[in-house]
Amino acid sequence: MYQFLYDLIGNEILAGLLVAVVPLTIILVFALFGIWLERKVSAHMQDRLGPMRTGWHGWLQTVADLMKMLQKEDIIATDADKTLYNIAPVLVFTGSFAAYAVIPFSSKLLGSEVEIGLFYVLAISSLVVAGILMAGWSANNKYSLLGAMRAAAQIISYEIPTALIVLSMVMLTGTLSLDKISQMQTSSFWNWNIFGGAIFGLSKFLLIPFMIVGALIIFTSTLAEVNRVPFDIPEAESELVAGYFTEYCGMKWGMFMLAEYGNMFAVSAIIAILFFGGYQSPIGYLGNSIGAQWLVPFEQGFWFIAKGLTLVFVQMWLRWTLPRLRVDQLMTVCWKYLIPFAFINLIIIGIISLI
Amino acid sequence: MKQYLKNTFDGIFTVLVGMKVTFKHLFTPAVTIQYPDVKVKLPDRVRNRLYVNMDDCIGCDQCSRACPVSCIEIETVKSIPGEDLGITSNGKKKALWVTKFNIDIAKCCYCQLCVFPCPTECIYMTDVYEFAEYERSNFLYKFATLTDEEAAQKKINYEKLQAEKAAAAAKPKPETPAQTENKPE
Amino acid sequence: MALKTETMVLNMGPQHPSTHGVLRLELDIEGELILGVKPHIGYLHRCFEKHAEAMTYPQVIPYTDRLDYLAAMGNNFGYVTTVEKLLGIQIPERVEYIRVIMAELQRIASHLVAIATNGADIGALTPFLYLFRDREYILSLFEMTCGARMLYNYMWIGGLSHDIHPDFVRKTKEFIIHFRPTIVELNNLLTFNKIFIERTANIGILPVDTAINFGASGPVLRGSGLPFDVRKEDPYSIYNRFDFEIPTGKGLVGTVGDCWDRYYVRVLEMEQSLRIIEQAIDKIPEGDVHSAIPKRIKPPKGTVYSRVENPRGELGYFIISDGNLNPFRVKVRAPSFVNLELMGELCKGHLVADVIAILGSLDIVLGEIDR
Repeated sequence: MYQFLYDLIGNEILAGLLVAVVPLTIILVFALFGIWLERKVSAHMQDRLGPMRTGWHGWLQTVADLMKMLQKEDIIATDADKTLYNIAPVLVFTGSFAAYAVIPFSSKLLGSEVEIGLFYVLAISSLVVAGILMAGWSANNKYSLLGAMRAAAQIISYEIPTALIVLSMVMLTGTLSLDKISQMQTSSFWNWNIFGGAIFGLSKFLLIPFMIVGALIIFTSTLAEVNRVPFDIPEAESELVAGYFTEYCGMKWGMFMLAEYGNMFAVSAIIAILFFGGYQSPIGYLGNSIGAQWLVPFEQGFWFIAKGLTLVFVQMWLRWTLPRLRVDQLMTVCWKYLIPFAFINLIIIGIISLI
Repeated sequence: MKQYLKNTFDGIFTVLVGMKVTFKHLFTPAVTIQYPDVKVKLPDRVRNRLYVNMDDCIGCDQCSRACPVSCIEIETVKSIPGEDLGITSNGKKKALWVTKFNIDIAKCCYCQLCVFPCPTECIYMTDVYEFAEYERSNFLYKFATLTDEEAAQKKINYEKLQAEKAAAAAKPKPETPAQTENKPE
Repeated sequence: MALKTETMVLNMGPQHPSTHGVLRLELDIEGELILGVKPHIGYLHRCFEKHAEAMTYPQVIPYTDRLDYLAAMGNNFGYVTTVEKLLGIQIPERVEYIRVIMAELQRIASHLVAIATNGADIGALTPFLYLFRDREYILSLFEMTCGARMLYNYMWIGGLSHDIHPDFVRKTKEFIIHFRPTIVELNNLLTFNKIFIERTANIGILPVDTAINFGASGPVLRGSGLPFDVRKEDPYSIYNRFDFEIPTGKGLVGTVGDCWDRYYVRVLEMEQSLRIIEQAIDKIPEGDVHSAIPKRIKPPKGTVYSRVENPRGELGYFIISDGNLNPFRVKVRAPSFVNLELMGELCKGHLVADVIAILGSLDIVLGEIDR
């Protein structure tokens, strides 16, 4: 993408800026769409209608909410630590937005072509923990502090199963770059990693059950990273009012929300790339069969967004079905159930890949 | 160990069962009624805003006494003989001028206890439920049909009659019978 | 030099998304562990007992509606049976049958709210919507009969305010057919869900003797294993003619007397109420519901205490009459008031998140507690 723009424009800085702007627009548009989708999905699951009056079936509702939030007065508590209070939403948003730099939306649309994409994503999303702790501490409020402590413990613990599963996929594919992993799962859905990857022979069939287990584990642990139900104790509405962002109002709260939805799509994208073929289509490309080569990247973008949206839909579906887990039960699930299973998965995949 | 595996299996299985229930509900039609574009038809016995049909009111004060929150205020003046106030719809002859009939609908608790004692069924609950007001004083509903001057006039008439009666009783008149035709009923 | 530590006092204030009304809980916590709970009440006090001394006996009935506003038929029932005991009048059979049907429908509606809010506090927001959709059926049955959806003023001393609508029997039978699958769906979605079980089993265990010593009643007492129900112990109205069971907590998942048992007792009670309604709905005799209502209610001097089984427990009315049109004293023994005392006992040793689960399982209504 950067190369294409540089050839077009000729200026390095401008091309770099444009490349950075594209994922930003995607994350903003997705947050708008995601909030509307969540409200409609939750409404229809609960036999009601959701927003209906702002635009056709309420699709402008998020825009209306955004405009409302922008004009709110920014109240800061007197005893709050002002510097930390102001930086915290920025950190949280940056942590989730920066992950988009290495996610390939299609074979041509990639923010930055680094070789260590996966490693970078895992590292940068840990900035979120610092932001949350800052938010909870600086608000000078018992509820916020409790929420922030719980959130920090949760996110740090759940990074371990995520890292273990990512490690097993890296072992299998041999590369850390997300772009190369997507390219390896080409030509049809049978070559997707969840069905054993694009390898031939007995090991492919042996791998399938362990791939499925791995996908479930990483789905659960990334659900905990984004603080969604059943792991949303940091923002438990009925218990701590709003957890670590109780004291935020107006656009700062808006940034936390944007960061949450951005994060949701980012982790769905990572799971889609690792297990479900990234931007590859399951049935072949229309552009290839009718001879229009320029159509292929658009189709790939479409398939990628479709897979990401399906996983986001599954996350929303779980939110409206399950009650939430208590803090110590959350930790039990992580340390006593997910990590042992992830470890055993890792060892077995390693053994199979030696065959 | 067995408990551990059972826990894992139970966890995944019950989550999937729950997800199936919610997924089915995604396709059932919504039960929301989009008020104010669509309004529900209310049943006939519904209890909303009170209404008084003053043509039928005989001023007996039963509704005011039955109300548990004292939201009805009634004042009446006796009529002088010779005045025709009319007949109610079930044939009773009215004999009292109702000079004040106020219902403070903000106090009303919609219990319907005032509807039952009314002998002419002139007070009843309608199905109007959209009667919000901007000013609190607009919640005091005045049902009386006499203007202030007419009410004052009726009062003066009655007091004049009482004064005449008192003057006539002060003068000794042994042969006239008791003045029963002026007693109100 | 030893470190001086203090316990933190956390205030779950009067305005909180999950205290069921305006209740203030003062929690003494150390980290996440609870050392003590102090409930502060009185935010909804409306002087019911003083008002009742200024009203005539029929005028008190709208006020009793507003005590436990989620189970208003039960409150009416308690008051009118107490006054009828004082007056010593006989009421027609038709009135008795209709009163039982209304009370059982109200029991289902009230348990739907209790289960829905219990689930919503724990985080499952969807069953709340499903159960309220079913509650709409019951409320429209009530609206068809007496005109109001929540505060009815329906049961009068000696009879009822309106006779049932001609369509009532048919619509109630439709409701029964519609409601049974909902209980199955609720069990699938919430009751046997592993996460819900983790949150409520082995939490807030109430031993039977503690429950009896505190005076608990209703599903709270039955959840600990004791089959005590006023409808069977001290039958009022015509409950002795119907065949129904009393569900108790058996510790299916977890210990006997935990939050899950109290919750499950409510689910089973809804099924039993459906049984009673099915038995009663076909047998309503003919008659006039207004025939036994006295013209002026002036009971003889005396005192009377009578109790009914409200969805939340044993509701008792104590009335002293001095021969006038107004009662001399009306005292209400509210079940939620007595059950709230258990909070301090049950929360010891649990975490902050469990306080919500325990409060939801006790099922209190502040209108009753503060009167």
